Amino acid sequence: MLGKLTLDAIPLSQPIPLIAAAVVGLVLLGVIAWTVIAGHFPYLWREWITSVDHKRIGVMYCILALVMLIRGFSDAILMRSHMLFAYKAPGYLPPEHYDQIFSAHGVVMIFFGAMPFMIGLMNFAVPLQLGVRDVAFPTLNSVSFWLTASGALLVNVSLVVGEFARTGWWPAPPLSEATYSPGVGVDYYIWAIQISGIGTLLSGVNLVTTILKVRAPGMSYLRMPMFCWTALASNLLIVAAFPILTATLAMLALDRYLGFHFFTDSQGGNSMMFMNLFWAWGHPEVYILALPAYGVFSEVISTFSGKPLFAYRSMVMATMAIFILSFMVWLHHFFTMGPGGDVNGVFAITSMIIAVPTGVKIFDWLFTMYGGRIRFHTSMLWSLGFMLTFVVGGATGVLLAIPPADFVLHNSMFLVAHFHNVMVSAVLFGAFAGYAYWFPKAFGFRLDEWWGKVAFWFGISGFVVVFGAFYILGLLGMTRRMQHYDVADWRPWILIAGFGVVLMLVGVVAQVVQLVVSIRRRESLRDETGDPWDGRALEWATASPPPVFNFAAMPQVHGEEAYWTIKAAAREQLSLRNEPDYAPIEMPINNPTGVVCAFFATLIGFAMIWHIWWLAVLGFLGAFATFVVFAWRDKAEYEIPASEVQRINRANRTTRLEALQGVGRRRAA
Amino acid sequence: MRTGSATRILTRAGAVAGAVCSLTGCQNYNLFDAKGPVGAAEANILIIASVIMLAIIVPTMIATIVFAWWYREGNTRAQYRPNWAFSGRIEMVVWSVPLLTIIFLGGIAWIGAHRLDPMTPLDSDRKPIEVQVVSLDWKWLFIYPEQGVASVNRLVMPAATPVQFRLTSSSVWNSFFIPRLGSMIYTMRGMTTRLNLMADREGELYGLSTHFSGDGFADMNFPVQVASDEGFAEWVRQAKESSLKLDPASYGELAKQSTGDKPRLYGTVDPKLFDGIVAQTVPPGPGPSAPGGVEAVRPKGGS
Repeated sequence: MLGKLTLDAIPLSQPIPLIAAAVVGLVLLGVIAWTVIAGHFPYLWREWITSVDHKRIGVMYCILALVMLIRGFSDAILMRSHMLFAYKAPGYLPPEHYDQIFSAHGVVMIFFGAMPFMIGLMNFAVPLQLGVRDVAFPTLNSVSFWLTASGALLVNVSLVVGEFARTGWWPAPPLSEATYSPGVGVDYYIWAIQISGIGTLLSGVNLVTTILKVRAPGMSYLRMPMFCWTALASNLLIVAAFPILTATLAMLALDRYLGFHFFTDSQGGNSMMFMNLFWAWGHPEVYILALPAYGVFSEVISTFSGKPLFAYRSMVMATMAIFILSFMVWLHHFFTMGPGGDVNGVFAITSMIIAVPTGVKIFDWLFTMYGGRIRFHTSMLWSLGFMLTFVVGGATGVLLAIPPADFVLHNSMFLVAHFHNVMVSAVLFGAFAGYAYWFPKAFGFRLDEWWGKVAFWFGISGFVVVFGAFYILGLLGMTRRMQHYDVADWRPWILIAGFGVVLMLVGVVAQVVQLVVSIRRRESLRDETGDPWDGRALEWATASPPPVFNFAAMPQVHGEEAYWTIKAAAREQLSLRNEPDYAPIEMPINNPTGVVCAFFATLIGFAMIWHIWWLAVLGFLGAFATFVVFAWRDKAEYEIPASEVQRINRANRTTRLEALQGVGRRRAA
Repeated sequence: MRTGSATRILTRAGAVAGAVCSLTGCQNYNLFDAKGPVGAAEANILIIASVIMLAIIVPTMIATIVFAWWYREGNTRAQYRPNWAFSGRIEMVVWSVPLLTIIFLGGIAWIGAHRLDPMTPLDSDRKPIEVQVVSLDWKWLFIYPEQGVASVNRLVMPAATPVQFRLTSSSVWNSFFIPRLGSMIYTMRGMTTRLNLMADREGELYGLSTHFSGDGFADMNFPVQVASDEGFAEWVRQAKESSLKLDPASYGELAKQSTGDKPRLYGTVDPKLFDGIVAQTVPPGPGPSAPGGVEAVRPKGGS
């Protein structure tokens, strides 16, 4: 009846995961109970859970990411603190737990921290920057989000019911095959990633279609803001790369469930094929995450320098070069499998070539600041922190791309330091920069600067200390994923890394405090005009938070930096453009397809993990029925009357006019 | 030359750390304290490439700080150029600097990938010895086919003699690495990889697995004794005295999961064993001993 699921699956004898899970569960239950008792549930259901508004879905992606980043960071704290006690001693986490923790840390950070954050920012900002009302397929967007949330849920369920993978964040066979990993850990991995992977793929299709097909009149490709370009490249990569991951994990699932031999190293199967396929997705994935972050930095640096982005077309070229090159480098993940000098040499050079467009980007950001008038807003600080630390990560990346250097550094702590150096510095700093930059647009008030700066300084110094120590540990020959060690040389650096985590923790706490403080002080932090940073792209042309239809009338784009052109004209004439002719606007109706679909997807995943076949069939039928109900809907859109559009738009025009008159008065005085 | 002196300083720093280590008797894995030609060449490439890149990134970092500070909003002496957004000359430099650097480093990578390819035999007047390496759950087996002996969790090799390793795995992937000799290589079931290393002189080194292989992974390290020719011959003689026999049956016992195995010697070795392991005519490691039950659902044991 319940497949492999018995009471044994709950780790009653193991206090750490149980307490962790209990705390998470209680907090979750508490939040749910509070929303229901306080009567917020109908509002949440109507306005958020079933929302098909790209802005709200973007915000929900970012909330999911923030929660999962904290989960991933807790794993990091466990690992670093365990290592403090693991010198000539077993530490406090037995290997079977330690292995789950470093596996979960990687999975959570990449798939459920970094990915949703970047997709969330793209979801939120891209349609606004393109000057349109929503993404191409609003309901599909909601499905994407909820499938991602479903995957995240499954990973967290593994804390209490069963176990998570003990194979590392990429489950390399033969270790991940049923013979060597008979538990449900790898199955949790497979189904969580498959379900969220479908969500990601759909999201990629959606954003690619949006950018290619849905743009404001006059918004030609070479007038799009840089963030839209990087979003386009990133989503094209998603569409091209994620099917590889899905197919690879499907093959692994066939091996595990039906005794196939794709990767078993017997009867014709070959585990190296998994390595090739996984990294054929895995390396583009790095750029799927990094490219949107580059876009954020481009927006932030240009806005806070008060200048257009330097060499915009060159930046577009660099972005698209990275997009293409990212598919040609995967083999550098296994130089040490002995492919021979020619193969290693070719992939060494292709890997290094990626550093050229990336280097160009760094220099172009540098010259964007040159001749600027720089304001050190938190998002600008994150961008500068990125520029200063990312060059080190880039250099060590080139170093690792040299095969003889990789022969001694592969899988070492140096490698761990390198990829954290690039991922944290580009993706996480980019996410935080984007968060501080677009927060007022999403919620109508700015974030508290003081706490933001505390978070920045502690975050970046902790990051430098931890990964600086990791670089040295790698040069001292330490390899990754060791549960204990007895080499005296390594001990001081492991202690230093432990101290660095404390600094990072302060940064994380400051980030949370910043949010709380900002919400409490929201009246004094209010963004009245919708353009708090003197922005340059179209998202700043509408109110904060934007009305559901984003723009009362489609903006007409006449050049690069669409909003800056409009604003410059307004400042010159000290008056706004003429009011548009208001017309009724049709918007898609919110519907629960996404959340219901994800509910059934979670059932399918859980049932497959525990071999509860009838439940899997039930889940599949439910998901299909949801699709049928949605496909046969009678009414897809509702109309916002012209008078309502006019009322909303006039309110924003009034505040903008007041701000403009302020400019006029200052100029006169 | 700067690179040369940087190399010397770092090598010396490595040697000092190594000396401190040998005084206190701790294990030394320092990459810059290389004890063989392969490791030394790789440490050298590491340093040269780092210096080249530092020459690019340090000025970039300085420029970032200087530009950001000089063009701060409050600085009235800085000239604001709100519309300056392109310069063909700067773009020329911006594309050429990374390109030239990469062409140069790409040359190093291409030459290095060939010259230091693990499969390439090392230059030496002396006849290389062969060692067959099998990674097991969770220990290392070293078979000396010419000498007809085998050793678990302890590698002994003669100094100044090239060693040709042929490697495979009994179960999951591992990676064989002696940091101070250089070049790691994967061990994979059903496949052999090749590695050529040489140690300059006698001494005690350490090796480890660098690819995660399951719960016992952290214990997959082993001492490496580099012996004189006489010392090596003496060790072989001692090994031959061992009554233990390595054949498919005893290998089957050895292939079961275990950690913390004490070094052990086999006096007799089935000469076809290694090829049998590779061809999988000898059964692979069985994995977790008790499939089904609690283990199938979640790990056993408490914390």
